[in-house]
Amino acid sequence: MSSTYATVITDIAVLLALGMAHVPLGDYMAKVFTSKHHFKFERLFYKAVGVNPEVEQSWKTYAASLLSFSAVSVLLLYGFLRVQSWLPPNMGMKNVSPSLSWNTAISFVTNTNWQNYSGESSLGFLAQMAGLAVQNFASAAVGLVVAIALIRGFVVHNKDRIGNFWVDFVRATFRILLPFSVLAAVILMANGVIQNFASPHVVHTLAAGVQNIPGGPVASQEAIKELGTNGGGFFNANSAHPFENPNPFTNWLEVVLLLLIPFSLPRTLGKLVGSKGQGRAILAAMAVIFLGSLIATTAFEIHHSGAALQLAGSAMEGKETRFGIGQSALFATATTSTSTGAIDAAHESFTPLAGGFLMFNMMLGEVTPGGVGSGLYGMLVIAILTVFICGLMVGRTPEYLGKKLRPREMKFAALYILTTPAVVLIGTAVALSNAGARKSISASGPHGLSEILYAFTSAGNNNGSAFAGLGGNTTFLNFALGTAMLVGRFVPILLVLGLAGSLAEQGHTPATQGTLDTTKSLFIGLLISVAIIVVALTYLPALALGPLAEGIR
Amino acid sequence: MSTNTSQGSLLNPRMLYREMPAAFKKLNPVTLFKNPIMFVVEVGAALTAVLAINNSSVFSWWIVLWLWATVLFANLAEAIAEGRGKAQAESLKKARTQTLARKYAANGEEIAVASSELTIGDIVICESGDVIPSDGEIIEGIASIDESAITGESAPVIREAGGDRTSVTGGTRVLSDRIIIRITARAGETFIDRMIALVEGATRQKTPNEIALNILLSSLTIIFLLAVVTLQPIAIFSNASQSIIVLVSLIVCLIPTTIGALLSAIGIAGMDRLVQRNVLAMSGRAVEAAGDVNTLLLDKTGTITFGNRRAVAFFPVGQVAMPELLKAAYLSSYADETPEGKSIVDLARDLGVEKISPLPVDHESIFMPFTAQTRMSGCDLDLHGVVSKFRKGATSSIVAWLSETDGETPSDLQEKVEEISRSGGTPLVVASELAGMRVLVGVIHLKDVVKPGMRERFEELRKMGIRTVMITGDNAITAEFIAREAGVDDFLAEATPEDKMNLIKTEQLGGRLVAMAGDGTNDAPALAQADVGVAMNSGTSAAKEAGNMVDLDSDPTKLIEIVQIGKQLLITRGALTTFSIANDVAKYFAILPAMFAPAFPGLQRLNIMHLSSPHSAILSAIIFNAIIIIALVPLALRGVRYRPASASSMLARNITIYGLGGLIAPFIGIKAIDLLIQLIPGLG
Repeated sequence: MSSTYATVITDIAVLLALGMAHVPLGDYMAKVFTSKHHFKFERLFYKAVGVNPEVEQSWKTYAASLLSFSAVSVLLLYGFLRVQSWLPPNMGMKNVSPSLSWNTAISFVTNTNWQNYSGESSLGFLAQMAGLAVQNFASAAVGLVVAIALIRGFVVHNKDRIGNFWVDFVRATFRILLPFSVLAAVILMANGVIQNFASPHVVHTLAAGVQNIPGGPVASQEAIKELGTNGGGFFNANSAHPFENPNPFTNWLEVVLLLLIPFSLPRTLGKLVGSKGQGRAILAAMAVIFLGSLIATTAFEIHHSGAALQLAGSAMEGKETRFGIGQSALFATATTSTSTGAIDAAHESFTPLAGGFLMFNMMLGEVTPGGVGSGLYGMLVIAILTVFICGLMVGRTPEYLGKKLRPREMKFAALYILTTPAVVLIGTAVALSNAGARKSISASGPHGLSEILYAFTSAGNNNGSAFAGLGGNTTFLNFALGTAMLVGRFVPILLVLGLAGSLAEQGHTPATQGTLDTTKSLFIGLLISVAIIVVALTYLPALALGPLAEGIR
Repeated sequence: MSTNTSQGSLLNPRMLYREMPAAFKKLNPVTLFKNPIMFVVEVGAALTAVLAINNSSVFSWWIVLWLWATVLFANLAEAIAEGRGKAQAESLKKARTQTLARKYAANGEEIAVASSELTIGDIVICESGDVIPSDGEIIEGIASIDESAITGESAPVIREAGGDRTSVTGGTRVLSDRIIIRITARAGETFIDRMIALVEGATRQKTPNEIALNILLSSLTIIFLLAVVTLQPIAIFSNASQSIIVLVSLIVCLIPTTIGALLSAIGIAGMDRLVQRNVLAMSGRAVEAAGDVNTLLLDKTGTITFGNRRAVAFFPVGQVAMPELLKAAYLSSYADETPEGKSIVDLARDLGVEKISPLPVDHESIFMPFTAQTRMSGCDLDLHGVVSKFRKGATSSIVAWLSETDGETPSDLQEKVEEISRSGGTPLVVASELAGMRVLVGVIHLKDVVKPGMRERFEELRKMGIRTVMITGDNAITAEFIAREAGVDDFLAEATPEDKMNLIKTEQLGGRLVAMAGDGTNDAPALAQADVGVAMNSGTSAAKEAGNMVDLDSDPTKLIEIVQIGKQLLITRGALTTFSIANDVAKYFAILPAMFAPAFPGLQRLNIMHLSSPHSAILSAIIFNAIIIIALVPLALRGVRYRPASASSMLARNITIYGLGGLIAPFIGIKAIDLLIQLIPGLG
């Protein structure tokens, strides 16, 4: 029973920490993006890039800046990986193959961090630090600025400008992500996460075997891996590796870190639109689904069926004894609900229905609370959908946060909702029709289907966690999953920016007694229902053949 | 066009039968393509039909049958909505019959011209018995006109040159007198022509909200299409591959067919509901905007108040007693034909003036009407050579009249007069001259009387989030008093057309939508500026051109009903969309186990309805999906029940009925259908 108590206490400790942190952090972020002040180093940066920080951009220019920045990022990272053997300190690593480089470059630029490579055996410190870690910051910052741009769409009136990408990006990176990462890295180091540039230790084991134990600058990367909802581990084992996540405290901290910004952004929304209730409603919807999923996953893990598991006492295969069932379920729910994709246990080893819930978290579109920035803008699009469907029932053409939802706004929102399911379902179907890809699946039957469905769900929603079992490093899967990540990230971003531009051009529609109140619990309930019925139920037929077929007996 | 079109006949079998040919005609894929959801169903129906021919089975033919029924039911819903309009159009077309117009030629002669050959600017003459050949404006004369052809109202109306009642409508009939009309509409573009096009739905364009909803529904259709198309490779991998017929059934069940089928019927019926109340909306956009209105501008006179000041109290002054005042007031007014005068007589009668010593009204009397010079009215009675005079008028003029004979002004007069003014009323002072002695007898309290029930209506509007602003030419004190009594939120006193325009612009700058009614030419700019401008049919043609709706009954209070109809239209749309989407949950529970339980027996546990067999489960879902369309046609045509309430309570109520109901109803419906159809032999 003690493990149940430990589970409950850890869960509550996470909620407490978030409960205390989200208000000040959310307010701080609101201040960062509305401040008129530029720091000196920021001015230097603007001068270097050649932009005037005082000039705001239209949504199209904003999107063009964002896309060109991301394209350059992909090219640079791709180049890094292709030539790393000639760059010091390469640790004796070889150049990465073209298809894997392409997949990895996209993976990190899209904030997915799907890892078809094994960090310790294929990447040197420079590629890790100057390549991947930089993108850990940049990709998270990109997500954040898109959310801020969307909020501006609601806040400004009769204007075709939604801010300046470069200013937002620099502030997201240097005023939010960097300082908090440094702080988190120090705490992680103090609690046993390693940070060195040492060559691998050679250890002679008792059984007269030889082990190479690699070290590296882990803590610095670990912090932004969680805080930026990236999830790309320094080591292949990710947060199940003792150098990345040595003990229950670091496990707790990592869970808090990866939930921190996504759960604080609704507060930022509330602050910026001038109604904290609006932020609270979004937060409540996110939290309710998150908690529901956490409870369900934990319950399905504890009440496992199957004789072997009953005999063993718990479903511990593939899980760390350091953390046990409860903390593994917590980490897995948090990482799949936030587009992080870091893992401290193999998701394949979860009981079928718990594994189904992990997939479901991603299928909601990564909105509970989702990735840094992407979670908020995803949830806002679902809120727009909810207001549109239900708002009509109060007898007015729908309006949300003082803006009317006209055909133009609905075009952007509807296409957004359409994109990810299309990527996931088409990807899965194409892969299953491809003989080569079918060979990458290790399990048979519904579990095998789950492997591939999980992979495309993870890539399309920019999560990055893997179900394990799937041999992803083939040319086909590298290409297919890379495309899924690319489309799953940037098409929605473009649509959200378009939506922001369209909203900004509108005037303000004041709320009256006759307006649908989007701060009330009735609306929160509707928002949750729409997220589940409209967004996630699309996947029900596929889920039925995967986790449900496996799990319901 | 009568207002009492029976609501009970929304859906009777005869109507279904009558519109069946139209429904079949709508099966043409070229026209059906405009409705992407039903188009998908039709393609699915055609595909399954081909498959059923090649590989015949009881199940496949039943599915084919019901898929076609689904498309047909959707077409039928639209046809019925249009059919109701057609009947109205027929009666209008009768009014449009060709007439011969008496046109003034350039040389001043009168020539007979077919009404269809008249052009704008032509001058025609109409006398009693003539049908007015086309829309126009009276430039000379006054006439009583029977407008029943368009309004259904048999009482004649007066139209005259000059002022705000100059416009006449083609197809209406002159009952008396002679008028000269300048034609203002080309043949084929007259008011009646536009009305016919409108009720027939020929010119119906999708409204912005309808377009937005269509975008959403189309994207949902694409998502579900994708979900099902990609399901086959997944199913093959899982050794649970499905027949095309089953996959088509799944698509049809998941895409929002209910709202897709009823959406255009809802729009047509919304316009229709306005027509039933004798309001013509020039565009569906205006009807939608009506639901969104934040600010309602209402003219005080005729809308909020009866429009005529009425006597509400008598106050004797000085030494005079009440009976004497009653008698004087009565006598000063009994021959007065103005509404104010009549109201004084009525009130005096109510207070028992006739019981006072016999009134000498049967004697010779001379009525003195109100003139700009005297600024009073009254009458002189000749009683056997003795003349007594009774006068009523503004304080200053009566005081002046008294002073002609050194009559005294009682000290408490000023107090009474001020008291009445302060309360927003108008004081009318009464004096009499008996035997050469002029005496001031008292004051009549004239008041603008607020129509009964207005306060409650404004309260309802407030609950709906709509602010009412009263527009009046009165001074601020009077305006404020009436405003408070009627319960409006704000008022604009001493309003000029420019003030009105500015008020609308300010409201709109703040993001609020404004609705107003108007009839005069000087209302035209404001009517055009307002988001919903309702012109009175009696008004000038400038006003009618400027507004986006015309009220044939010329009743400005109808603005409130128009707002409610706009809201009802939007609510109906939202309710059926919610219902349609909520339905999907139950359908999943019917179809998924039916599809996959054979391969994965564990999934049988999802068959919570315990449907008898996979085939009957799928067919039940399809049948439910089709029948619900027909079952909801009356609701789509009538609109969901609407009661003014705050957004929150309205949402809670509608979510319970259509959201929760939409979740539960199909579970019951599908189970019931399954119980029946499992009896079909050979269904398997």
